[in-house]
Amino acid sequence: MRLGLVIDLDTCVGCNACAVACKQWNASGTSGPLTDQSPFGRDPTGVWFNRIRNYEVGHYPDSKTVHFPMSCMHCDEAWCVDVCPTGASYKRAEDGIVLVDPDKCMGCNYCAWACPYGARELDRAEGVMKKCTLCVDRIYDEALPETERQPACVLTCPTHARLFGDFDDPHSAVSRAVAERGGQPLMPELGYAPVNHYLPPRAPREAPAYERGPSLVDRVKDWVNQAVAR
Amino acid sequence: MTPPPETGGLPAFEDHDAQQVKYTTCYMCACRCGIKVTLENGQVRFIQGNPNHPVNRGVLCAKGNAGIMKQMSRAKLDGPLRRKRGSERGAGEFERISWDEALDELTARLRRIRETDPKQLAFFTGRDQMQALTGLWAQQFGTINWAAHGGFCSVNMAAAGLYTLGQSFWEFGDPDWDRTKYFMLWGVAEDHASNPLKLGLDTLKRRGGKFVAINPVRTGYQAIADEWIPIRPGTDGMLALAMVHVLLARKLFDWQYLVRYTNAPWAVVCTPGVPGDGLVLRDDEGHPLAFDVERETWVDATLPGVKPALFGAWTGPDGRPVKTAMTLIAERYLAQAYTPARAAEVTGVPAATIERLALELAHTAFEEAIEVPCEWTDWAGRRHSSVTGRPVSMHAMRGVSAHSNGFHSCRALHLLQVLLGSVDVPGGHRAKAPYPKHVPPPIKPAREMAPNRPLKSPPLGFPTGPEDLVVDADGRPLRIDKAYSWEAPLAAHGMMHMVITNAVAGDPYPIDTLLLFMANMAWNSSMNTANVREMLTARGADGEYKLPNLVVVDAFHSEIVDFADLVLPDTTYLERHDCISLLDRPISEPDAVCDSVRVPVIAPDRDVRPWQEVMVDLATRLGFPAFVNEDGSPRYAGYMDFIARFERAPGIGFLAGWRGDNGGASLRGDPNPRQWQHYEDNECFFRHELPERMRFYRFANRDYLEFARDAGFNVTADPIVLELYSETLQKFRLAGLGLYDGPTPPEADRERIARYFDPLPFWYRPLEMDRTDEDYTLHAITQRPMMMYHSWDSQNAWLRQVLAQNHLYMNRGTARRFGIEDDSWVWVESRNGEIRAQVRLMEGCEENTVWTWNAIGKARGAWGLAPDANESNDGFLLNHLISELLPPDGDAAARSNSDPVTGQAAWYDLKVRVRPAARGESGAWPTFDAPAGRGDGLPATLRYATHAPKRLTRSLRDVLFSRR
Repeated sequence: MRLGLVIDLDTCVGCNACAVACKQWNASGTSGPLTDQSPFGRDPTGVWFNRIRNYEVGHYPDSKTVHFPMSCMHCDEAWCVDVCPTGASYKRAEDGIVLVDPDKCMGCNYCAWACPYGARELDRAEGVMKKCTLCVDRIYDEALPETERQPACVLTCPTHARLFGDFDDPHSAVSRAVAERGGQPLMPELGYAPVNHYLPPRAPREAPAYERGPSLVDRVKDWVNQAVAR
Repeated sequence: MTPPPETGGLPAFEDHDAQQVKYTTCYMCACRCGIKVTLENGQVRFIQGNPNHPVNRGVLCAKGNAGIMKQMSRAKLDGPLRRKRGSERGAGEFERISWDEALDELTARLRRIRETDPKQLAFFTGRDQMQALTGLWAQQFGTINWAAHGGFCSVNMAAAGLYTLGQSFWEFGDPDWDRTKYFMLWGVAEDHASNPLKLGLDTLKRRGGKFVAINPVRTGYQAIADEWIPIRPGTDGMLALAMVHVLLARKLFDWQYLVRYTNAPWAVVCTPGVPGDGLVLRDDEGHPLAFDVERETWVDATLPGVKPALFGAWTGPDGRPVKTAMTLIAERYLAQAYTPARAAEVTGVPAATIERLALELAHTAFEEAIEVPCEWTDWAGRRHSSVTGRPVSMHAMRGVSAHSNGFHSCRALHLLQVLLGSVDVPGGHRAKAPYPKHVPPPIKPAREMAPNRPLKSPPLGFPTGPEDLVVDADGRPLRIDKAYSWEAPLAAHGMMHMVITNAVAGDPYPIDTLLLFMANMAWNSSMNTANVREMLTARGADGEYKLPNLVVVDAFHSEIVDFADLVLPDTTYLERHDCISLLDRPISEPDAVCDSVRVPVIAPDRDVRPWQEVMVDLATRLGFPAFVNEDGSPRYAGYMDFIARFERAPGIGFLAGWRGDNGGASLRGDPNPRQWQHYEDNECFFRHELPERMRFYRFANRDYLEFARDAGFNVTADPIVLELYSETLQKFRLAGLGLYDGPTPPEADRERIARYFDPLPFWYRPLEMDRTDEDYTLHAITQRPMMMYHSWDSQNAWLRQVLAQNHLYMNRGTARRFGIEDDSWVWVESRNGEIRAQVRLMEGCEENTVWTWNAIGKARGAWGLAPDANESNDGFLLNHLISELLPPDGDAAARSNSDPVTGQAAWYDLKVRVRPAARGESGAWPTFDAPAGRGDGLPATLRYATHAPKRLTRSLRDVLFSRR
């Protein structure tokens, strides 16, 4: 299995629901707590596994606004794992989820430097690197209703712009979405072979319109009343 | 997903036996989503969307996901507070008192007011969701000085809808997401319908529908639009009416729909300068007349089967010249004033684009019409086997309504919808119960007051002529906010933004007590905030505060709390019972009547009480007739008992579900003492599915109209006629012209009334823009941030990590012209003063517009934040620049900065100029000093978790077999 996410940039409105749902679940999850520094003070900051980036493309009035959620891509070529001096970072054989063993992590930050996607966050209170687990503590929890055995970000997304599944299975929702919509990994040229894929915005829909034509303004007085029964 | 056989070693991450799942309703904003809350060790483990809930169907926004941090807010009030004797208002020095002391003191004061002059109590509520209860309380107290916050929110939208369609957007009606093919979003960055709008856009885009977003700013929703129309603020009405022009000029409108369901064929008297001009031609019984094209005679336009001419001009049976309303519509909008070319000059949208959008709308409505098989019976008893769908829909809100021309702009949108035949049809804009109501709803605002007497009707209602105004014999306002006066005759939600200014000025009179619930009038809910803060501390010649007594009810320590004389602490939404009632602001869907409740999922750890409970207590102490028995003993054991047993009319109560002896009755039935339990057993919501025959044309659908009457939604089952032409407005206009047989406005108001009470929508430059110096060249507006909107009441520790400082955003090209660099500090100046803010440049912003996120900037020391928090040192409040009064117009007295029809606060009319700050000038200005001691003891870190983590360590198997 190769588990990962598909994120639909056609419907992502940048609302941050996924980011906060992730924060909420994982605060009490297997990597929790996710420490917040200066929570009520200046420059609040904390550990988040999923952050939304915002970009503009092009120039007014034809500019596009793009909201781009980013979390661990669970790369096939996970250099963050290769550089780990203690073996704390690993990629699970059975499903490809990239995880950190907190007992082995010494917070050296090598993995964060190796990650081109900025997906790793050091919990300074613990000195341990933390990251997206694909909600490993949800997806395998048989006590949860089957429909809820999904990452918290996927469960909550108000525009259903996030899908979770097995990229090795050509019939999975993620594989089909990538095939149908031309899904792409982020910066594949870097060679990390990210598992997560992004669906590009659909081409803007052109609605058919009546042909432009002459105004009938001058003829309004001649309009014949139709006999429509009230 | 089943675990792969090798996993074996996964620990049991969650101890489900130690957890408990409860359902309730979210209150991080006004969306009212269903939530499923997992609890553990007395704390909240996880809040997720309830998949079965009609509002959000399992999804949840950023705010809803941050509910835990609302509960963890340091701003939670923890007990009743009284301003320290001798301390100044605003200094934030309080003493803790007991609830007994607080309520005894308040009751004594309120009793004296009620026994002498009830209007001395003004009770205004912010973004609460229980106006049916607070309104009943005010009515029982006997003061007309009550309203919620609609006057400074979106009353233009609500009033325009109710005076045109008998419904509106948001809680009134929704796009038919499953069928619509073309959706136009006007002036919305975020809205109450947060998750439903997102779900709807996903549905629309998945189905291949087109999404057009009209907004000066391109943020979240606009980002995913197929087409973004960057419009100049305050010109939406012009855009809509130019599209009306195109539709009329090309004869692209739904003739049958207009004849059957609207007043477009009604004959209107055309005798300019003569009494009766512009009123509907009526027969002796008062029925409107139309000219029947087959019988070639005048007929009662309300009768079934008549065939009224849609266009025409005649001499009426009484000899007066008449034209159909539709003829007046054609004459108005086919004129040069509304051509796309003219609209392009006003709106900044190219004429060709305006024309194309109109032709796309029409093409979709008429060439892609959908016929839905459906047996239904019309109002006259005629049976039909299908309905015709016009799959074009719209949603609009603050950006259109928060201008002083908003009422007419909102009416313009409805005119466009109706010409396309798209209201309450498949694919169009569909009403949600209890809407549609009759146009307008038949409730008149209360006027008479007497000591110790309830009002005879609710304080708020819908005037249908000058005689319904709440003014004295000389035409002077009777309400403290001057709602329903000649200044704002259709102020259907009151004018909360004027209460403090008026009360402190003693105009129309001073009051004793202002009671505020969830309304932050010392900050983001007031215009001219810095001055309003001074008004709150202003003293008269006698040395006493001009506003003698300010009582604030809230769960959190907002800016207004520091100005209170008495603070009553409320519970959080996770700690209390609530009901989201059909008598109030409903959560129905187009296909189902719905309501819902909140139940406590955790116990408060402070000396706080739910305000609902306190209101019932106060009502009982004060002996309100609806709350006590004849012997004066309490009629209800508390809020829950009140909700279960109170009946507004026989069988009609606050909650519609599980009524009757065994909970078997829906909508109408005897009170059921076990009703709350039924709600709790059913995940806290009630959903009554409407049969297919009641789902469309509900304004003219007999089965639905009778159902709505029986359910208490409407008084009668008469058909509802959509009013494109508003005779109500014309009556006011005639009064302004001195041609009305009834009350006449004072001289100073006549011209305004005559101008703005136009029976047909029109576009005019927003009042402030029209009277502001030319060199304030930029429009300044706010946008509601999706991750914070309405959740700013605790400045949540997680959400503020996403947004703790608001910037002044502006178009990069515009900034270049002013020599302004990205991230620099600038002075923003309006006719009301100046502020300092930090700039962010962007492309997706109309060139003449600057904007910022709403309500992120805070005052130092409020909201449980450290005094050096970004919100109060770098973030800023645009409100300081907005005067609550209009610039003077000649010699006339100052008027509120509001829509002249409805009194809606005209937030978005603001014009500013921007200049770079000098070197070394940085940080927001103005700032306000924090009361001493604020911020002490705040934690440097927060490590929230409901259990120690079950760590997942790497298995030996993985070490051996993993490729890495």
